[in-house]
Amino acid sequence: MSTTTQTHGGGDEQVPASLFAAREKVYPKSVAGKYRKLKWIALVVLLAIYYVVPWIRWDRGPAAPDQAVLVDLAGPRLYFFFIEIWPQEIYYLTGLLIMAAIGLFLATSLAGRIWCGYACPQTVWTDLYVWIERKIEGDRSERIRLDKSPLSGAKVLKKLSKHLAWLVVAFLTGGAWAMYFTDAPTLVAGLFRLQIDELSLIFIALFTSTTYLLGGWAREQVCTYMCPWPRLQGAMIDEDSLIVTYESWRGEPRGAKRKSQDWDQRGDCIDCKACIHVCPTGIDIREGLQMECIGCGLCVDACNEIMTKISRPLNLITFDTHNNQVARSHGSTAHVRLIRPRTLIYGLIIVVLAGMMVAGLVFRPQLDISVLRDRAPLFVTLSDGDIRNGYTFKISNMTRYAKDYSLRLDGVAGATLAVVGQEDRVERIDLAARPDTVATYRIYVRAPARALASTSTPVTFTLTDKTTVGRGAPEEVDYHSVFIGPDK
Amino acid sequence: MPTKVEKDSLSGVDTTGHEWDGIQELNNPLPKWWLYVFYVCVAFSLGYWVLYPAIPLGKSYTGGILGYSQRDVVLADIATARAAQGAYRAKIDKASFEQIEADPDLLSFAIAGGRSAFAENCSACHGAGGAGGKGYPTLADDDWLWGGKADDIHTTLLHGIRSPVDGDTRLSEMPKFGVDKLLTAVQIDEVAEYVLSFTGRDTNKAASKNGEAVFTENCVACHGEKGEGMREVGAPRLNDNIWLYGGDKKTLVETITYARAGVMPAWGSRLDPITVKQLAVYVHTLGGGEK
Repeated sequence: MSTTTQTHGGGDEQVPASLFAAREKVYPKSVAGKYRKLKWIALVVLLAIYYVVPWIRWDRGPAAPDQAVLVDLAGPRLYFFFIEIWPQEIYYLTGLLIMAAIGLFLATSLAGRIWCGYACPQTVWTDLYVWIERKIEGDRSERIRLDKSPLSGAKVLKKLSKHLAWLVVAFLTGGAWAMYFTDAPTLVAGLFRLQIDELSLIFIALFTSTTYLLGGWAREQVCTYMCPWPRLQGAMIDEDSLIVTYESWRGEPRGAKRKSQDWDQRGDCIDCKACIHVCPTGIDIREGLQMECIGCGLCVDACNEIMTKISRPLNLITFDTHNNQVARSHGSTAHVRLIRPRTLIYGLIIVVLAGMMVAGLVFRPQLDISVLRDRAPLFVTLSDGDIRNGYTFKISNMTRYAKDYSLRLDGVAGATLAVVGQEDRVERIDLAARPDTVATYRIYVRAPARALASTSTPVTFTLTDKTTVGRGAPEEVDYHSVFIGPDK
Repeated sequence: MPTKVEKDSLSGVDTTGHEWDGIQELNNPLPKWWLYVFYVCVAFSLGYWVLYPAIPLGKSYTGGILGYSQRDVVLADIATARAAQGAYRAKIDKASFEQIEADPDLLSFAIAGGRSAFAENCSACHGAGGAGGKGYPTLADDDWLWGGKADDIHTTLLHGIRSPVDGDTRLSEMPKFGVDKLLTAVQIDEVAEYVLSFTGRDTNKAASKNGEAVFTENCVACHGEKGEGMREVGAPRLNDNIWLYGGDKKTLVETITYARAGVMPAWGSRLDPITVKQLAVYVHTLGGGEK
């Protein structure tokens, strides 16, 4: 970047450089090595998970979808293999997100930004897009030359085919995303017949365009400017975290090696800039740990290629801890400390949270009731002097079986119950709920006025699952409400 | 006032020429993205002016070449909704109340329509959910002046009570025993004591005994021997716990002295017949409807 200085008015005051820096396009060079191989494996595995998961089937009986992982917004249910989450249980998702966040903290405090370098969708898709670009336009130097060359038929053809390939990948990405929200085979069949619902179309278009823009055009700018994580990660990294490091103590003084020079008189770094050329964010790792570094280790591979050629020790750029580097620069070695207070705390939080989630899922009730008291009128005086209250009952049957329940009321002596539509006034009423549904009933509770000690009497509704009787303890749910009568 | 545009020495940007107490304003250009969004908005608004209704012209307005009108859209929506309801409305029109209440779909349609019509027309007096109030009967209880079967409620709704404009309205009149000097103050007091005894409340035994004779002579014809009421003439039950105006002694004396004659409009001439039928179903299902 060149700084422009202006003088005016005959004075010699300097005008500071513009605050705006135009993006310098990054042309990542291809590289081979241990970390590149790891990155390819991560890419293939993660993409495979992303594209295959919506196609896994899971039999849940005739009334429910058979897609193993499905966010059914209309349902509304969230299916994950044998787990089915109702909207009111969305806190399981919250728990999962908290675990993911702490997991990110743990991974970062152990090994730096491996999430950013290997697993983040932005990294995976950018890697895929760069690979496509390389296949069509050639490697770094050819791409730079192509961009500088004047407009020609060959250039247009290359650029067009690249963007077309990008768009195809983007569309496949967006389409796969929509598959998580609707039945995948139906969606794909609908795409071929050009019959798909508007919502799916909107989401496919949204994810197609964002994938194309973020993977093809924005790339490292997403990490540097849009993502908050690079700005936070410094708080998780300490001197025992593995980070991509340049061993400056043996690399410096750097420079091209002249024949006359002996290795003892100079550093191992020959300033070939291979580490800069392969970097997907276009930085110079020799300047130390920096916010733009996504910790992918491709510069390690690039440097090792060079070190092998010039027969110097490998890992001039390396995954290492700060403490280890300090020790090694003094000729001793420090071992890597994986167990540290922060990793212990992060690990403990994850274990506790996971335990709570599993326990919550195992012991979660399959039956839930909510009761809405009538507010208009609050109560009704009947001709024989009895007081009647109305309640709307919602029974959530979260099982796959039709259920019969029995409802009773405690708290008011002599109170009777009646379901609207059935005239009988009884102490226990029978209610039913179909599988995986919410059944709604209007209930009238009638009590003699003399049984009410005050305007508002606390009452407890108890719903017992009759279908489980005989197979262990019957499932029971209590609901605390009040019974309102006239002022005393 | 703009005075002198000059180049700012620090940033190299022109000033606007405005100066306040020595503070000058720089004339930095607008951000490009902002400027382009602004141009797009201008182009959009020009297109909008041409395509859609835009400029008021006194009593009319420029309609736009698309001929779009929100009022037409609403009318079309209403027509669509009516058409969608058509089958149900036709069924409601033909079916008896027993048939409507036996069919869950028809019942919920009737209740939904009845609920909104009730909120609009009835709840001002009868309260939300038919809670009632002094002088306005509670519609959710099991006490009915003129009958609690769906057909009775329907008749009441159609013709009203003591409606001055409906010839078939439900009509009856309680004599103003005090005002018209039909009973003396002592007799009124005694008959009130007697009425109190129907529901087993504390009364002056002697006065109540005297009141029995007065009641037999003046009240039995409509209210029945034991105060069981008579629905044909809308005479309330006196032996239950529901009092439209109040069941204490003072209010009873007031009622006997001045009489009561509540009025309800005839809705048959105000609402369409299907809505009235839906209202009848709704009121019948509020909790006190009789079979």
